[in-house]
Amino acid sequence: MRWKKPVCVLLLTLAGVTALAGIQRLLMPKYMGLVVEGNFTSEYYEETTPHDVLFLGNCEVYENISPIVLWREFGITSYIRGNAQQLIAQSYYLLEDTLRYETPAAVVFNVSAMQQFDQDNESYNRMTLDGMRWSASKWNAIRSTMMEDEHMIEYIFPILRFHSRFAELEPDDLTYFMGSGKVAHNGYYLRADVRPAGDLPVERRRSDYSFDPRAWEYLEKIRVLCEENGITFVLMKAPSLYPAWYDQWEVQIEEYASEHNLLYVNCLEVSDEIGIDFTTDTYDAGLHMNVYGAEKMARYFGPVLLALPGVKDRRGSVSDGIDLDSVWQEKCDFYDQMKASQEEEFAELGYIKQFYIQ
Amino acid sequence: MSLVSYEFLAFFAVAAVLYYIVPKRFQWILLLAVSFLFYAGGGVVYLLYPLITAVSTWFLALRIGKADSAAQAYIQEQKPDKEQKKAYQARIRKRKMRLMMAGILLNFGILAVLKYTNFLLGNLSVLFSPEDGAVRQISWVLPLGISYYTFQTMGYLIDVFRGRYKPERNLFRFMLFVTYFPQMISGPISCFDQLRKELFEEHSFDGTKITFGLWRILWGFFKKLVIADRLASAVAMITVSPDTYDGIYVLIGMLGYTLQLYADFSGCMDIVIGVSQCFGIRLPENFQRPFGAKNLSEFWRRWHMTLTGWFREYIFFPVSTSRFCKTVSRLAGKLGMKKGSKKLPVYIANLLVWLVTGIWHGASWNFILWGLANGIVMMVSQEFTGLYRSFHRRFPKTDGKAYGVFEKVRTGLLFAVLLMFQYYPFGTVFVMLGNLFMTGRPSQLFDGRLAGLGLTAADFIVLAVGLILVLLIGILQETGSVRLKLAEKPLVVRYTAIFLLFVMVLVAGCYGHGYDASQFIYNQF
Repeated sequence: MRWKKPVCVLLLTLAGVTALAGIQRLLMPKYMGLVVEGNFTSEYYEETTPHDVLFLGNCEVYENISPIVLWREFGITSYIRGNAQQLIAQSYYLLEDTLRYETPAAVVFNVSAMQQFDQDNESYNRMTLDGMRWSASKWNAIRSTMMEDEHMIEYIFPILRFHSRFAELEPDDLTYFMGSGKVAHNGYYLRADVRPAGDLPVERRRSDYSFDPRAWEYLEKIRVLCEENGITFVLMKAPSLYPAWYDQWEVQIEEYASEHNLLYVNCLEVSDEIGIDFTTDTYDAGLHMNVYGAEKMARYFGPVLLALPGVKDRRGSVSDGIDLDSVWQEKCDFYDQMKASQEEEFAELGYIKQFYIQ
Repeated sequence: MSLVSYEFLAFFAVAAVLYYIVPKRFQWILLLAVSFLFYAGGGVVYLLYPLITAVSTWFLALRIGKADSAAQAYIQEQKPDKEQKKAYQARIRKRKMRLMMAGILLNFGILAVLKYTNFLLGNLSVLFSPEDGAVRQISWVLPLGISYYTFQTMGYLIDVFRGRYKPERNLFRFMLFVTYFPQMISGPISCFDQLRKELFEEHSFDGTKITFGLWRILWGFFKKLVIADRLASAVAMITVSPDTYDGIYVLIGMLGYTLQLYADFSGCMDIVIGVSQCFGIRLPENFQRPFGAKNLSEFWRRWHMTLTGWFREYIFFPVSTSRFCKTVSRLAGKLGMKKGSKKLPVYIANLLVWLVTGIWHGASWNFILWGLANGIVMMVSQEFTGLYRSFHRRFPKTDGKAYGVFEKVRTGLLFAVLLMFQYYPFGTVFVMLGNLFMTGRPSQLFDGRLAGLGLTAADFIVLAVGLILVLLIGILQETGSVRLKLAEKPLVVRYTAIFLLFVMVLVAGCYGHGYDASQFIYNQF
């Protein structure tokens, strides 16, 4: 019976570790209610087929362009790796992470992230970084963007961060214990409600319009990484009316784009051409596009993207033995279903229950 | 570096691994190095003060030791007659006394200047320019644990002076005694004679000791993070706003502060003693179930035992047997206070001890009055001893268990009432006590103020479970070590108990993002 004690210890340790993993899973936020953005990063890993175009950036990118329309109308396979207040350093490491799985033909980066290099809200970091699979990229992403009162160990063992949620557990925590449901459409956050743009806060004058040198450093790192991997790097500015995009910033980005021979599309300047109507195409008074605005953006961007090397109409193609049409049909169905359901709710109630703050 | 921070856990883990890797004869050197690192973590300048204390005390104690050796050699070699011997010994004693006083003045001087200058300036300004009141405070770099290591080293110096043991010749060994990192910032205040055996012995890896040490650390974390820090903000809210929180909330604040203080300080001691146990080092206990005491004197023999022991050894006994007290006692006897004259030296020493205890706890009148109030209550209680005895003789049933419980509750409440002097201004203590008895009603618990304390229903449940657990463990401890009892249980029971405690700390502990981890209350002294 010499083996009895070690076996018992091993079994108890296993049981303990399993229980701790279970408790951690239970206490982690599921992001299935009002805030769903915390699921965006992890949803990428469920993808089964590669993408020609990768969008990177903050809310201005994951709310402003519809990959489903890009596929449906142009046959472009795309994915948005964007999160709320995703910092440029996080975009860089997410690109690095993406390259572990696929090499897109083009990367489109939304430049509004140049405005802010340091994180000012820990929740945004958690939503962006918790969903990343562990790799050197995740480690570096955390290290380079962690706030002063954050600790690496709280990312390694998220229970240390979310333990206090034991007092605020909701039914969702049990419902989605085994895994959260799908919330985004290839990284796109669908909103079918409408709130016309009204009076926006007056632009505040700044004493210094230069971007943080560290932001430039990471922009350069993204460009170089794309170059090294034969990826076309494109810059864009989404048509969000607020926060303000200053002319001084525009000049700097234009100069950078021209210096490196990059395509730069400022959608604010071509919003008429895109056909954006700020009375119907935004769900939060001009900050972000709703699905109608995002679809218009996709329709405008489709031909631009198709002109890039390596970006093709993939309809009818097969990738690694997988029929792309059938994969994307599923995505389209999910998209249509959500859009229809939100439209119905909005028509009936004037708001969408899931996103309604009482 | 707080004892309940991730940094400390990592620091301790690395130190423990290295401790058992290095050759055993270097273990104490490693401990010295990590102690320096630990202390310098807050800024190298912080290390300066304990080093001054260590070097000066080591040097003076050596000189005292040398004087003793010289005296012995003189007596052995010269064989002086009785008169010569007496005169020589008196001269040596004087020299030793000068050396000891130099050490005491220097080190207590540093402590007094750093800790009490602002208090003194404040009082002087009120005294001499009451209309201005405000005085510019001096912002000193107050090293952590200065009261602890100063008292510990001064205890050593006095012991060497008294010839209780020979001084330590190795400066670095002595530095380890002063700066040993787990105990340096909040005690327990140890005696060199006991601690040197533990610190400088070679320690082999002992799984049982380490396991017991880790269990003790976990228990300390439980008390600190689950109970003390959960209570902290609510207690602070009640105690700083007597206008808002009156009536029944006076009682809640009183009990809350008492429990917070106990969980915080005894939790800290559990961590310190547990960490030391992992190094194979046994530190003296600082608590012995104080809430099991039946009177205040007994309570103080069970609460912060090493500090009260220090005061007893180095203030109470010397003062009560001093020439001054004897003279006062004789004078009182001559004035007809026959009974009182015998007690007078004890009362003088007792009041002095409590005055110093108050000052030690903090540079404010609150602490001084709190200390004196304790001393006075104990003196009054001493005076009524005869009355108690006749009461018990007349009502023999009062020796039963129920009365014992009553006595324990009464003592706990008395301690809690006296603690009010620490957080309310002197006059307010009586106003609030009056307010509690005149207007306190249980229905006030439902008037919305309770919700304003920031504690949720879950917090109250956690607190209730936590306090019941502390109480149960306390009861179990009365019949011996709980860890020993647990170690005798089957593996599954043992693992499950520890796992559940670990999960409670992990899940219900107040730490991490969103919490401003409170510093240990007794780290501030």
